[in-house]
Amino acid sequence: MKPNSFGWYGWAMMGLILMLPASSSGQDSASEAAFSAAVANLKSGSMKERGLAIEQLAGVHNPRAIVILQALLDGRLFKLIADDKLVIGEEVDAGYKLFDAKNAESLGTVDRSATQKIYVTNNLRTSLRKIIGRLELNDNDAGVRLAAVKAMGKAVDDESLMLLQKHLSVEQDKSVQKAIKRILGLEQLNSADKTTRLAAIELLKGQANQNVVNRFNELVDKDAEGHYLEADSDVRNQIKTALVKINTQLQVYAAIETLFFGLSLGAVLVLAAIGLAITFGVMGVINMAHGELMMLGAYTTYVTQQLMPDHLGLSLVVAIPAAFIISALAGIVIERGIIRFLYGRPLETLLATFGVSLFLQQTVRSIFSPLNRSVATPEWMSGSLQINDFLSLTWNRFYILVFCLLVFALLLQILKRTRLGLEVRAVAQNRTMAKAMGIQTARVDALTFGLGSGIAGIAGVALSQITNVGPNLGQAYIVDSFMVVVFGGVGNLWGTLVAGFSLGIANKLLEPYAGAVLAKILVLVFIILFIQKRPRGLFPQRGRAVEG
Amino acid sequence: MNRLSSRPRKLGIAGILVTLTLVTGMASAEDTIKVGVLHSLSGTMAISETTLKDTMLMLIDEQNKKGGLLGKKLEAVVVDPASNWPLFAEKARELLTKDKVAAIFGCWTSVSRKSVLPVIEELNGLLFYPVQYEGEESSRNVFYTGAAPNQQAIPAVDYLMNDLKVKRWVLAGTDYVYPRTTNKILEAYLKSKKVAKKDIMINYTPFGHSDWQSIVADIKKFGSTAKKTAVVSTINGDANIPFYKELGNQGISAEKIPVIAFSVGEEELSGMDTKPLVGHLAAWNYFMSIDTTKNAAFIKQWHDFIKNPKRVTNDPMEAHYIGFNMWVKAVEKAGTTDPDAVQKAIIGVDFPNLTGGTAKMLPNHHISKPVFIGEIQDDGQLLTVWQTNTLVEGDAWSDFLPESKAIIADWTAPISCGNFNTKTKKCSGQNF
Repeated sequence: MKPNSFGWYGWAMMGLILMLPASSSGQDSASEAAFSAAVANLKSGSMKERGLAIEQLAGVHNPRAIVILQALLDGRLFKLIADDKLVIGEEVDAGYKLFDAKNAESLGTVDRSATQKIYVTNNLRTSLRKIIGRLELNDNDAGVRLAAVKAMGKAVDDESLMLLQKHLSVEQDKSVQKAIKRILGLEQLNSADKTTRLAAIELLKGQANQNVVNRFNELVDKDAEGHYLEADSDVRNQIKTALVKINTQLQVYAAIETLFFGLSLGAVLVLAAIGLAITFGVMGVINMAHGELMMLGAYTTYVTQQLMPDHLGLSLVVAIPAAFIISALAGIVIERGIIRFLYGRPLETLLATFGVSLFLQQTVRSIFSPLNRSVATPEWMSGSLQINDFLSLTWNRFYILVFCLLVFALLLQILKRTRLGLEVRAVAQNRTMAKAMGIQTARVDALTFGLGSGIAGIAGVALSQITNVGPNLGQAYIVDSFMVVVFGGVGNLWGTLVAGFSLGIANKLLEPYAGAVLAKILVLVFIILFIQKRPRGLFPQRGRAVEG
Repeated sequence: MNRLSSRPRKLGIAGILVTLTLVTGMASAEDTIKVGVLHSLSGTMAISETTLKDTMLMLIDEQNKKGGLLGKKLEAVVVDPASNWPLFAEKARELLTKDKVAAIFGCWTSVSRKSVLPVIEELNGLLFYPVQYEGEESSRNVFYTGAAPNQQAIPAVDYLMNDLKVKRWVLAGTDYVYPRTTNKILEAYLKSKKVAKKDIMINYTPFGHSDWQSIVADIKKFGSTAKKTAVVSTINGDANIPFYKELGNQGISAEKIPVIAFSVGEEELSGMDTKPLVGHLAAWNYFMSIDTTKNAAFIKQWHDFIKNPKRVTNDPMEAHYIGFNMWVKAVEKAGTTDPDAVQKAIIGVDFPNLTGGTAKMLPNHHISKPVFIGEIQDDGQLLTVWQTNTLVEGDAWSDFLPESKAIIADWTAPISCGNFNTKTKKCSGQNF
């Protein structure tokens, strides 16, 4: 079925010839033929031919063209192996739900193996975006038009400029107008007329846009022979003043970004450490299996996602209580089965829980295989909140930050306002006295440990969104967790919060200068020195309870 | 009482066991040839290495169906070094002295290979190493069936430079020997191509790094100039997933800043959510997607053997396939499994690649390979966008590093040295 190149070019030529009368007189049959030919060519073997077919398809005025091109860009365009028909597929459980590419006729559902995907490369993706942009310039939705203009701005050519110029006169929406003016303004910077250039600078200087900054920087720079790209010194000075202003802005954005990175890393640290703050901080148990309890939470997320594959977002919400229950139960079993026999013997506890951690890891390896499991991220958690070209906050980190604060607040309320919290605090302060007051300390121990473990499980849900879900997930976080708890002061939840955030920010401040490896080492060294000075951490517990 | 009565029984059992092992040992020494499989089946590296163990079992099984080797059946001896580098050396010693294997197929990380090296040289064993690595090594006892830097990294950079017109380079890697050496070679290579120092950004991260926010933001800033930027990634293992996720979240698409990876293949992709990776690149010597009859047969054989049609094949599997078959041919040629005879016989042995062309064992113990560059698709497969016209011969010592420029490896007479300085005409005292 692979047409030879001569034959193909023949088709392309014919398509072009056919297009001319089609566009002027609106002849249906000729346009239809060109459309069919272009669609057929999309299936052809080489990427070069496919690229030409895309251009060709964009040339025919057919409402289906844009649908097909979009499907191609999204990787939803397939060829049926049986009859070589081009189809658009939607992923469903049993395989693909198919529609005829040419007329949207439903073709039922087929197995994955019955189809062959029409692949595209990066080059084709870029040109697809541009072409779709051109076609979408007349869309009714202003958001679509804005995206279209932006896509066209990425690879400007004469045709796009002409289209944009024409479109500007009919465009009503302010933001689309602005985007078009920017692209045209960037082009005017190359104008031979000085006043046009100055006007373009005036228009562009207030805009926080990467292309503008790049172009400005280029213009005030010298080329290989030592000539300024912008020959006129007046214009150059204008650009320079504009750049100074932009650069101060950029510094502010960079600072905000670093702060956000630090807070989000801190949120992860706090989430990982907060469960430990309860088991280690309040109960004094060195639980080396803490990381593995997080891992259980992450695997629970994976399993819930497998159970409800069509509701990604909902499965994540369901995973939170599920992970809490599973990790809490695991924690209670560990406490009742092992740790309660070892109270007051920290070394043995350490060894025993280390054994438990290895046991849990290997169990997960046997059940889920040693391979990492992929946990999908729901749509609302991927991508970023684009404030402008220089500042964007990633959604997943943002949600985790919010989630961390929620968990912290909730935990604080549990410890402060519930009966369990009261008992936990009583036992932590003075076990003998609490026992004398009629508190069943054994039961409280189990529940406290369960609570700490459950929180670890919840942390696992959050971690599944930013890191790998695999048997080694826990190990990566156990050192960090202990670090945060010790730094914050054993037995103090607020200390954990402050410690987590400050370590996160410190890490992110150091990273650009020292690199990721060294930054982490520096933070560790700092903590070692700090602990020398203040062995009880940032917020030490005071009073008689400490001695108990 | 109890203790007394159980003692003789224990002794008895032990005695029986000893006699049993002796008998079976003697029997197997007569009619089987043992092949050692030294891949981690637990620990961090189990992810990648378990597949290679299964590949070896499949290849040995197939050879036995064809009637074995030299009229004897092959027997796989599988040991588990548990991703523990010193344990690799111990297990290699065990394979060579206790099991008396004729050859060992194994190792993944460079550090595990370096740990096995002294043992295998001391006991004169044979090791077939199937993974792309940093080069700068050629041992008399090791056959490197994976890619040397000039068979993966250098062609990849050439592709980016010539076809994608990349002008600014980010060399990002995990902090250990393979990325460090590879990036050293690449930096020297880029500088030889007149790339200015300010256009190269080098970044190392620890194993399993998961917080990529600032690094990706830095890459974004570095790539925001008008010059085309690409990332050459020697990031290994788990850390890749959060890395690509962060790239996607911060809106860096493959069209804007492509990332070319040397450690991301079909097997790694099968455990990932591929959405943020689509369009990024990988350079290997084999892709599962390459359409040849040999490859289709290999994939079918693998699916039948592993009884799971969803499993993928990858580059190191092909390396074992070639390495094993070369060893078989060499043993047949030599008529014995004696390591010295096999070492002599294997140089010059050729065997067809799965993707077309014929791999040949070179005097420096590396093989010739085609180089493919592919774009990652959302089904986890790699679509070839570029390939070398001819096979590239593996170069043990990089020509782009000043310290190894003059050094070659040649295990044929009269040089017979893995570290021969062509200027001083001397073989360094080092064995490898």
